[in-house]
Amino acid sequence: MQYQFLGIGYLTWITFLPLIGMAVVLLIPKSNINAMKWTALAATILQLVLAAIIWVNFKPSLSGINDPNGFQFVEKTRWIDLPGVAWFGHVAVDYFLGIDGLSLPMVMLTALISFVGVIASWNIGKSQKGYFALYLLLDTGMMGVFVALDMFLFYVFWELMLLPMYFLIGIWGGPRREYAAIKFFLYTLLGSVLILLVMLGLYFSVNVTDPATGQAMHTFDMLAMMNPQNYDPHALFAGIGTYWRYVAFIALFIGFAIKVPIFPFHTWLPDAHVEAPTAISVILAGVLLKMGTYGFLRISFPIFPDAVLKFSYALAILGFINIVYGALCAMAQTDFKKLIAYSSISHMGVVLLGIAALNTQGVAGGVLQMFNHGVVTAMLFLIVGVIYDRAHTRGVNDFGGLANQMPVYTGIMTVAFFAAIGLPGLSEFISELLSYLGAFQTFRWIAIFSSIGIVLTAGYMLWTLQRVFLGQLPEKWKGLTDVNGRELVSLVPLMVVVILLGVFPSIMLHPMSATLNNLVDFIHKVGTGMTALK
Amino acid sequence: MASTESLLLNLALAVLFLPLAGFALLIFFGKKIPRQDLVETGILFTALAISIYIMVQKVFFVSAPTIDLTFKWLDLGAVAGQQGFSIDLGIAIDNIAAIMLVVVTLISSLVHTFSLAYMEGDVRYTRYYAYLGLFSFSMLGIVLSNNLLMIYVFWELVGISSYLLIGHWYEKKSASDASKKAFIVNRVGDVGFFIGIMIVFTSLHTFLLRDVFGGIAAQHLTGPLLTAAGILIFCGAVGKSAQFPLHVWLPDAMEGPTPVSALIHAATMVAAGVYLVARIFPMLTAEALTVIAYIGAITAFIAATIAVTQNDIKKVLAYSTISQLGYMIMALGVDAYSAGFFHLVTHAAFKAGLFLASGSVIYAMHHEQDMRNMGGLRKKMPITYWAFVIFSLSISGIPFTSGFLSKDSILAGALAYGLLTGNYLIPIIGYLVVFLTAAYMFRLIIMTFHGEPRDHHKYEHAKESPKVMTVPLIVLASLSIFVFYSFNPFNPEKGWFLQAVQQPASVVPAAQSYGFDQPVNDVQVTSPQQQPNAAELSVEAQKTETTRYEEAMEAVHYPGLALSLTLAVLGILAAFVVYDWKKIDAEKLKQRVKPVYTFLYNKWYFDELYDATAVAGTLLLSKSLAWFDGHVIDGVVNGAATLTRLWSTLSGKFDHYIVDGLVNFSAWFTGFLGKATRRVQTGKVQTYIVFALLGVIVIFYVFRQF
Repeated sequence: MQYQFLGIGYLTWITFLPLIGMAVVLLIPKSNINAMKWTALAATILQLVLAAIIWVNFKPSLSGINDPNGFQFVEKTRWIDLPGVAWFGHVAVDYFLGIDGLSLPMVMLTALISFVGVIASWNIGKSQKGYFALYLLLDTGMMGVFVALDMFLFYVFWELMLLPMYFLIGIWGGPRREYAAIKFFLYTLLGSVLILLVMLGLYFSVNVTDPATGQAMHTFDMLAMMNPQNYDPHALFAGIGTYWRYVAFIALFIGFAIKVPIFPFHTWLPDAHVEAPTAISVILAGVLLKMGTYGFLRISFPIFPDAVLKFSYALAILGFINIVYGALCAMAQTDFKKLIAYSSISHMGVVLLGIAALNTQGVAGGVLQMFNHGVVTAMLFLIVGVIYDRAHTRGVNDFGGLANQMPVYTGIMTVAFFAAIGLPGLSEFISELLSYLGAFQTFRWIAIFSSIGIVLTAGYMLWTLQRVFLGQLPEKWKGLTDVNGRELVSLVPLMVVVILLGVFPSIMLHPMSATLNNLVDFIHKVGTGMTALK
Repeated sequence: MASTESLLLNLALAVLFLPLAGFALLIFFGKKIPRQDLVETGILFTALAISIYIMVQKVFFVSAPTIDLTFKWLDLGAVAGQQGFSIDLGIAIDNIAAIMLVVVTLISSLVHTFSLAYMEGDVRYTRYYAYLGLFSFSMLGIVLSNNLLMIYVFWELVGISSYLLIGHWYEKKSASDASKKAFIVNRVGDVGFFIGIMIVFTSLHTFLLRDVFGGIAAQHLTGPLLTAAGILIFCGAVGKSAQFPLHVWLPDAMEGPTPVSALIHAATMVAAGVYLVARIFPMLTAEALTVIAYIGAITAFIAATIAVTQNDIKKVLAYSTISQLGYMIMALGVDAYSAGFFHLVTHAAFKAGLFLASGSVIYAMHHEQDMRNMGGLRKKMPITYWAFVIFSLSISGIPFTSGFLSKDSILAGALAYGLLTGNYLIPIIGYLVVFLTAAYMFRLIIMTFHGEPRDHHKYEHAKESPKVMTVPLIVLASLSIFVFYSFNPFNPEKGWFLQAVQQPASVVPAAQSYGFDQPVNDVQVTSPQQQPNAAELSVEAQKTETTRYEEAMEAVHYPGLALSLTLAVLGILAAFVVYDWKKIDAEKLKQRVKPVYTFLYNKWYFDELYDATAVAGTLLLSKSLAWFDGHVIDGVVNGAATLTRLWSTLSGKFDHYIVDGLVNFSAWFTGFLGKATRRVQTGKVQTYIVFALLGVIVIFYVFRQF
């Protein structure tokens, strides 16, 4: 098989490299903190290199989504095999990894943000061993979610990432960390339960022939779940547009919506962000939120295309609410981190608006926005981290005039702020443009009303910029130093990506298009029953 | 493609990217380069030289109306069986683009030169020049774009350069407030622009203007949606060109350095709105044009009335700019396309000149901007004074100036429009503004340069500005003379300029257009299917037959000219009567019309209105939603948690008291029974017999039933 190293596939490597790093970190003596940091950094750099190799070898023409031959770097082996439980049948779970144009940007994002996160974690003050071990475990969980094609495996990774996140917020967080961590954990767990229920329902509804034995069996294979012909006619989720399919879609939607987060399931996010240490905020906003929308596109949409078509209008309205509500709430915040948390809610609304449009440009815009928002928000949280490290406050009104005191920092910040505003030439412009163009074609008025968000975003961002960076420098901040080398190493790569994708969005859009076009085509054909059912 | 044409395109790209290179150079290596200011200025002069070459070539030697370079920027492929999604971008040079190239690079290089002295010793001198480079790049981008998307992109980029330059002295709260306001108010207009673009793209699947016009000519976008698209795109111009009701940002933008005001907020960027309307002109329906004409006329009037009352020299000029931009927009709205664009160009020269001259005054007066503290500067600053006079004559529309030619074309167009449609309000406003313009300009000159100095200390120190500042003034003053645009000082029609700037033919369905270009004796409407595409139309527009519009223009030209000249002279006289000869006391006049004066002095209370409604409303909404989020939404979440805990406490209690209680109770009860029955076991046989007897009785009693 191609794309192997030491007989193990690239995707396994990229997923479990951090786990190896974690093992090494655990073996390092407690006193040798530097070794732990460098181990974590090495693991994430290797992961990033591997991501780059995967990027180079990725074939943009393959279509992915429902087509087993459309996936690349595929690894598939039997993982769990319980033959012959009397009433339960043959239980088999595959270790099934693969990527297409939808997961590729997310793999890149995860690798990039994880690397940046390690650098931002450099000055973690207590129990470094536990921190880096959990951090690397989290990394494995995130990467696994984006490469898994078996729903059971997906669920395992999904839950795997939950636990380290809980501890990372709960132990290394701010003053109200325990409240925030528990809120995050319980909220996400509630979502997980819904996902689990739907997953089991799907498992029992789908019948395939076991290639090994030739017998009929249930499966957790996502691709099999997408094919309407695999459904047992008497099963709960059989048919097109049946009642339980809608119920399942809504349950699954809530499960993923909590992660995005979509109004009204969003209130865990500001708390989690405010309490989490900088690097964890970066991971949270940069990668974790995207898992929700990734879940929509990977699981909800192609498995329940009929329900998507039925509810797309509602999804778009939720997108609109996220955009405008998030922006207005952001405007009222005085805590810098909370402000950016709400801006995330607003920007993730654009993703939802775009993908709900269910056309080429909308879905492409949505997925690109997932990537771009990940990068830009990571930058914003790093930027807050920089002054929080120095001033130990995040109050927007406590600052002023930092532009003169920290010119390089201000320059980088300006790029990030204007990227968030959607300034052309920077990455978020393109993804917002495509999302809005897509949405406009499908739901004209929702797109028009959502564009209020464009003004509101400029409003709160520039107001924040003014309050923190412009004006007179208060006497007490005369001692603040400009960004140091380490901080530059974390910020500059992100800035380069922001500018590069702003000018040449094709770099990212080209590998995505075949997959996303297939997704759109598939939803419309299967969702309207054009592909006949048995 | 002919070799000249590809050469011109390559040169245009060079002009476009040179200032960007300068920007990058100064931002990243600013500290390491000696005399960064000269680097950037040199770049601009190079760009100017190339631009002049391009313009001369294009206007006089290249016969094709448009030279175009298009490339595929983005291709998302297609969903099986559907139309694909791709975006083409590119640049195009036609006559107006070629002329604009020169206008932008000329004013920009003069402003660069002027700033060498004006900004000397500034804290962020390098940054200033870098931002000027960024601005020049973005502005040239708007000029050269052949598609709506790139125009929008560069539109936003000039917005950001403007933001950065207005806030150049960001330590001052008023400056950072002004820059924020400029950006946000512009964004409001831009959202309309954005929606307009979305309408166009969704209907026609392209951003390229020529294909857009082709699609509209082929009736793929018609009716109210076409009108809406036109008006929405015009919204962008309303923001950028500071038209009513979004004009409020421009006076505040005067917080920026004065050369910036000259370049961005007088000559070029604010004219981009006019340029945009000129670009999309063929797709504007009669309804859209009427809206545009009214917005322009209202703006021209409101701003002129405010300008009469202001005392800050830059504020007067700012309102004057708004008013003149209103003229240009109005011109386009009344179908006087060439006149509108003509005024854009002449205005760029004399208004940039006015701002630079006021900069020269402010420089001499040590950053004093209030005209009430000036006076008598004529003797101290003769070059600045005479330049000022020429610019003012030009803006007032006095013969032998460029402003006379262009403004007169606009007024004639407005009058012809009035005759053809019966819409007389627009020409009436147009003429009223002529009077006001002359009045406020000469009020400004008299207060600043004539009479006795009012602040003697500052007057003593005032002196003529250095050469790098006066030379640009002299250049601009000479460009305010008629001869550069037409050899006939009274009729520009046959001059090279108006020959080069021909009105493109409309592509909207005949029923939706003004129909002014119909021949006089042939009112028959040609069916839209017969209309050829836009490129051919613009050639066809040069028809030999006299159109209705031309006929009307013919009729109004000389009476209109006489009227505007009379009004301008009256305006100048009024200024002299009140401010110089003091035949009428200005203070008494103010007292007599106090309510009107206060209303105008406070700028019609637009700022107060917006603060009380839009700004306060948004902030209130945002605060309420944040409260709602924290107390209601999060309240439900926390409430659910609290309820769960309450439930668990209750079930804990239940478990403890009821479930466990039952268990304990049964144990206790057994013990109790044991204790109770233990008493029975007394060891006395008699007692046992009594119990046995009782038992037997009970058993008998029970079994008797069966």
